[in-house]
Amino acid sequence: MSGFESITSRSVALPIANIDTDQIIPARYLTTTTRAGLGQHAFQDWRWLADGSPNPNFALNRAENAGAQILIAGDNFGCGSSREHAPWALLDAGIRAVISTAIADIFRNNALKNGLLAIVVSPTEHASLLEGAGEAITIDLHTQQIRRAGHAPIAFAINAFARQCLLDGVDELGYLLARTDAITRFEGART
Amino acid sequence: MTATTLFEKLWQAHLVEADAEGLPAVIYIDLHLVHEVTSPQAFSVLRERGLRVRQPKRTLATLDHSTPTTPARADGSRDYLDAATEAQVNALIRNCADFGITLHGYDSPDRGIVHVMAPELGATQPGMTIVCGDSHTSTHGAFGALAFGIGSTEVGHVLATQCLLQHKPKTMAVNVWGRLPAGVSAKDLTLHIAGQVGVSGGTGHVIEFRGDAIRALTMEERMTLCNMSIEMGARAGLIAPDGTTIEWLRGRRHVPQGDAFEAAAQRWLAFRTDESAVFDRSIDIDATAVKPTVTWGTDPGKVVAIDAALPAQDGGNTRAFDYMKLQPQAPIAGARVDVVFVGSCTNSRINDLRDAADILRGRRIAGHVRMLVVPGSERIKRDAEAEGLDRIFRAAGAEWRQPGCSMCLGMNGDIAKPGELVVSTSNRNFEGRQGKGVRTVLASPATAAASAVAGVVADPRACQQEIAA
Ligand code: SF4
Repeated sequence: MSGFESITSRSVALPIANIDTDQIIPARYLTTTTRAGLGQHAFQDWRWLADGSPNPNFALNRAENAGAQILIAGDNFGCGSSREHAPWALLDAGIRAVISTAIADIFRNNALKNGLLAIVVSPTEHASLLEGAGEAITIDLHTQQIRRAGHAPIAFAINAFARQCLLDGVDELGYLLARTDAITRFEGART
Repeated sequence: MTATTLFEKLWQAHLVEADAEGLPAVIYIDLHLVHEVTSPQAFSVLRERGLRVRQPKRTLATLDHSTPTTPARADGSRDYLDAATEAQVNALIRNCADFGITLHGYDSPDRGIVHVMAPELGATQPGMTIVCGDSHTSTHGAFGALAFGIGSTEVGHVLATQCLLQHKPKTMAVNVWGRLPAGVSAKDLTLHIAGQVGVSGGTGHVIEFRGDAIRALTMEERMTLCNMSIEMGARAGLIAPDGTTIEWLRGRRHVPQGDAFEAAAQRWLAFRTDESAVFDRSIDIDATAVKPTVTWGTDPGKVVAIDAALPAQDGGNTRAFDYMKLQPQAPIAGARVDVVFVGSCTNSRINDLRDAADILRGRRIAGHVRMLVVPGSERIKRDAEAEGLDRIFRAAGAEWRQPGCSMCLGMNGDIAKPGELVVSTSNRNFEGRQGKGVRTVLASPATAAASAVAGVVADPRACQQEIAA
């Protein structure tokens, strides 16, 4: 995932607090041994009715939201399990950014490692974005701003290293492997 | 020298490379625990890149999440939920063989839920850094180890380099004063604290549990508490090692033996917060005020004392009330129960099984209730059977199963039916966690057993008093 610059997309509101990883993808779909194809199960129990048909009341199922890449979620998004299947499922379902007033630590970490932006904004900014849900917004990783026509840009913080990894396509495993000598010295000093 | 917290000491002791302007720290990992669900994609990355596991000796694997809790058939086959589940288990067996990792599989007398098994073996030790592709890795913090959950990408990082890139979290002290009243368990305390801190109150922080109430807890009870620090949003939970920790570890397979153990114990006891160290945040909890506590909503922070009424409905909890089909301002006690589950890495240890058995001895569970008792490990299963606990459970009408995660997350097919109410000793009451549409009430083993007998959510103290009388 290199060269991540900005996303411009319609936003979708999912203003529910504490959306946990079991909602993002239930445990029964974690039996896969690959990363692919989890998108159909993103928000499984909210998205599909018992007979397998789409729940017309669920925001992501509405025709006007087809192709939307930005999710505006309620407070404390992604709490619960460490399953990386959660960001894998969201990305596979076409979501590339989640905006909330708080995002759980492990989820945010997993998301950034996969190129899914996890952005925290203030409650006031969040309320304003929710109000404008359905409009096109731009998330610019370079300037660290959320832009929306007719509104002042919203600045967001993102961990500098994660940002650099996303912009330049830094491979974190490669970064760690490049420290092999330091790791060997550390091991040697302890035993 | 400045006064430092336990967390700071653990962090400093594992810095391969300190964090610098814009760059994360490189942290060394002493113990990496692996299970079948979050590891296959990580092993694939190793294969794709031609890498080996850097420290197979610091890596320990088990089968727990998707394993059936019914016994194997005579021909060795098992009741897997489906082919994918079986393939996932077989993938870990193959990956461990290919990469030289010790696996406590079906043939091991030590197999168990990952967070139950590692402490039992003494693999979990004070002063360590411990990670696993599982959020309840926080359990191991009970020993004064910095232990936290990671995603599959990071599982790959640790397999290949024994290190992780980390940004330093903040610290939070949860000071618990006084003694827990009789009939109130560590799980009740844990749920009470989760209610006070809230499900995101610990986000970005490592919590250290402190105070005389914590010192009085056994290791099993400390594990129950640290297990659920992730439910408070915390990166990890910690309890400083003390005499209780040392005695619990003495003689276990992976700890040093003889004089070497005494030397290790001295090193371990140095992992404690200095007198005047400062935490970024701190809160105080009065242990004497804790009652048997259960959850009523769809996150672990929505708790209520067993003898209290639910809150009034407001904007923030309408969804939870709708899902749980409970009445605002009505008492939680008396809600009809369909299923009772005693198990999970929170409460499947021998003391938990004894707590449940004490209530079930000489009683029967209500006719409409189905009850599953799932020990956390093969060792606990053997110990419980040696004490005759399995016979108590069976005589009461409960099912006694093989070790595993089971109904905690239902990956193996141990689930309830839509709409059913489960009183569960596990750690998460999220919508659908125990089956689509299933309503979960988290509780202690004693409350779970008392509720099974009553057929409704029930206060265990009534049963306990009867026993005492
Ligand atoms: S018992 Fe539950 S919480 Fe614990 S490791 Fe298994 S699935 Fe996770």
